[in-house]
Amino acid sequence: MHPALLGLITITVGVSGCIGYFYGSNLLLDKVLLPASGPNAGRNISRRELIRPWLFLFPAILALGLYLAYPVVATLILSFQERGAGGVRTFVGFENYTQMFAEPKFAEAMRNNVLWLVVVPASATGFGLLAAQLTDRLRWGNIAKSIIFMPMAISFVGAAVIFKLIYEARPEDVAQIGVLNHLYLLFGGAEPQQWLTIPFWNSFFLMAVLIWIQTGFAMVILSAALRGIPEETIEAAIIDGANPLQIFFKIKVPQIMGTIVVVWTTITIATLKVFDIVFAMTNGQWETQVLANYMYDKLFRANDWGMGSAAAMIIMLLVTPILVWNVYNARKEMR
Amino acid sequence: MDGLSGKKPAVVWLLNISVVVLVALWLFPTLGLFVSSFRTSEQITSSGWWASLFPAEQTLQLRALDPDDNRIETGAGMFVVEGNVLEGDYAEVNIDRWGTSSRAPSAYTIGDTADLGDGESMTLNADGTYIWQGNDDQISGRGQRLFIIATVPPEFTTDNYKNVLFTEGNSEDMAKAFFNTLTVVIPATIIPILIAAFAAYALAWMDFPGRALLIATVVGLLVVPLQLALIPLLQFHNAIGIGKGYLGVWMAHTGFGLPLAIYLLRNYMVGLPRDIIENARVDGATEFQIFTKIILPLSFPALASFAIFQFLWTWNDLLVALVFLIDSSGETTVMTKQIVELLGTRGGDWEILATSAFISIAVPLLVFFMMQKYLVRGLLAGSVK
Repeated sequence: MHPALLGLITITVGVSGCIGYFYGSNLLLDKVLLPASGPNAGRNISRRELIRPWLFLFPAILALGLYLAYPVVATLILSFQERGAGGVRTFVGFENYTQMFAEPKFAEAMRNNVLWLVVVPASATGFGLLAAQLTDRLRWGNIAKSIIFMPMAISFVGAAVIFKLIYEARPEDVAQIGVLNHLYLLFGGAEPQQWLTIPFWNSFFLMAVLIWIQTGFAMVILSAALRGIPEETIEAAIIDGANPLQIFFKIKVPQIMGTIVVVWTTITIATLKVFDIVFAMTNGQWETQVLANYMYDKLFRANDWGMGSAAAMIIMLLVTPILVWNVYNARKEMR
Repeated sequence: MDGLSGKKPAVVWLLNISVVVLVALWLFPTLGLFVSSFRTSEQITSSGWWASLFPAEQTLQLRALDPDDNRIETGAGMFVVEGNVLEGDYAEVNIDRWGTSSRAPSAYTIGDTADLGDGESMTLNADGTYIWQGNDDQISGRGQRLFIIATVPPEFTTDNYKNVLFTEGNSEDMAKAFFNTLTVVIPATIIPILIAAFAAYALAWMDFPGRALLIATVVGLLVVPLQLALIPLLQFHNAIGIGKGYLGVWMAHTGFGLPLAIYLLRNYMVGLPRDIIENARVDGATEFQIFTKIILPLSFPALASFAIFQFLWTWNDLLVALVFLIDSSGETTVMTKQIVELLGTRGGDWEILATSAFISIAVPLLVFFMMQKYLVRGLLAGSVK
C-alpha cells in the first residue's frame, strides 16, 4: 500500500477511533452501566463521576506508561544483562558498567558532555539575555527577534549542513568557500584549517551549532520575563542614580532569576540529549564523542544492548536532578 | 533602559548597531545555505557565496562571428564583420576594458579602435557590438578573439532544485523522502493532540484521587530522555509484529509527544474561567459535551502551540526515524536521514547538499514564520510560570 494512503487511513482510523472511544465509553457509562434513573440513580451518578476521569485519561496513561515509563525500567534491567548465544540474556550485575567505565571512548564522551553542559546552556542563556535586553525597546526589535528565533525551526541535521559549509576548508591556493577559513586567512592565518578535526577545539565548533539554535528560545522567554518586571523598580533605580549596567545586573537580572534558571535547565536537558549534530558532523571522530552518540554506537553499530543501555542509564542519571527539581516546583505551585 | 537610551543618540546608535551585528550573525549561516542552493557547482567551488551577492569582475574570452559566413564586402577588397559579442549568455555583462590578446586583455577602453596591424581593426562598443574590418586575408579563418574585463552581475539558477526534486532516477531521491517525512509527520501531530486534550481536561477540571500525583508524573516524564526508550520499544514493536515502519514511528512520536502536550494543554485549560464550566454543568451538559463544545474551541491557541511544536519536532527528527522507521530497504527514508547520507557520500557536492538541506528546512521555516505567535505563546506557557 502507498504510504501516503496508509497515512491517510491511519489519521482517519486514529482520529475516529479516539473520538469513538471517548464518545462511546462515556455513553456506555451514562446510559448502560450506571444510568441516572431507577432505584440507584443517586448512587449511580456519584459513582460514574468517580469513573469518568479514568475514561478520559486511559489512552494517555497507556501511551505514557508504555512509551516512557516502562522503557526506563526495561532499560535499567537491560543494562544489567548480557546477551549470550541464541539471544538468551543473563544477569551480569554491574559488568556492563565497569566495562564501559574502562573504555577510553566513554571517558571521552563523558568529558565532552561535561564541556557541552557547561558551555552550551551558559552561552545560549547569555546570548539570549543579551538579545532580549537589546531588542527590548528597539522599533524593529520584533523583526530582530524573529530572525534570532528562526534557527529554532531548523533541524539539527539542516544546521549541521549549514555549519559544515561555514567550516569548509579548501586547499591553500584556491578560493576559500567556508567563511571561517576565509576570515582566518584574511586576519593573518597561515593556512586553511580543517576545523572539525582539531581535537578539543572541534567540540566547540559543534557546540556553536546548538548555541545558535537555542539562543532564540532563551531570548523569547527571557524577553517576556523582562517585560514582566514592574516599571517602578526600574524608575526608582534611575532616580537613585543607577547606571544602565547597574540597572541590568542589580535590578533586572535578580527579578528574572527564576526564569533564567528555567531556561538554563531546559537547555541543559536539550544539550544532554544532543545526538543529531555530532552524528551528522563528525560521528564522534576526532575526539568529539558525546554520550548520546556513544550510546547509539553501542546499540546499533556494535549491537551491544547491555552497554548501550548502561550508557542510556547514565544519561537518565544526569537528567534526574532536573527531573526531581521540576516535579518539586510543579507540586509547590499547585498547592 | 528608557531613562537613558531614549535620550542620547550615541547610545541609540550603539544599541542599533549591536543588534544589527547580532542579527547578522544569526542570519548569516542560513543565508549562506540559501544562496549556495541557487549557485552552480562551479560557482560554489570557485568563490565564497558572499562574493556571489555582488557584481564580480571577470575576464571573459569570447570570439567574433565566423568571418567566412558573416563578412560583408565593403568594396576594394575590404571586408567587415559586425555583431554583438554579448549576445546570449552575457547580455547582462558590463564591459570595463577589453583587448585582443591574452597578454593584454585590458589594453583598450570602450569605443576604442584596436589596430591589429596592416589595416585590420576592431572596434568594441559598450553594448557589445563590434566592427571588425580588414582585407580578404585578415577577415577569414576563425573569428577574432576578444578578451573582455567585465563586471558580471550576480547570477543564480534554480537548476539545483529541478535536479534534486524532479530528475527521474536521481540517487538523491529527495522527493520521495519529502513525502515520507510528510507521511510521518501528519498523523504523529494529530493523534497525540486528541489523546492529550482529553487527558488534560480530566487533569484540569475533574476531581479525583491521584490527580496531583499524575500531574507530577507528567512533569517528570517531560524530561525523560527518549534514548532510554529505543531498545525496549523496538523489542516491543517486534514482539507485537509491527517491526520497523510507519505505524511504529507514529506510535513512538505519539508517546514521546504526550507529556508536553498534556502539560501545555492542562496549564491552558486550568486558566479557563470556572463560571462557564460550572454553568454548563448546572444546565445539565455532560462532561463529554462540556469538553467538545466549550473546552476544545476555547483551547485553540494551546492546541495550535502544541501542534507546531510537535510538527517541528517530528519533521526535524532523525533518531526516532532511524530506530523505528527506516529499514534496510531504505524505501521509507526521511529527509533528515537522506541528508546525513549525502553528507557522508557526497560531502563535497555542495550544490546538492545545500539544495537538499534547504528543501528540508523550507517547510518548518514557513510554518515558523506563519505561526510564530502561537509558538511563542506555547513556549511561554511551557516555561514561565
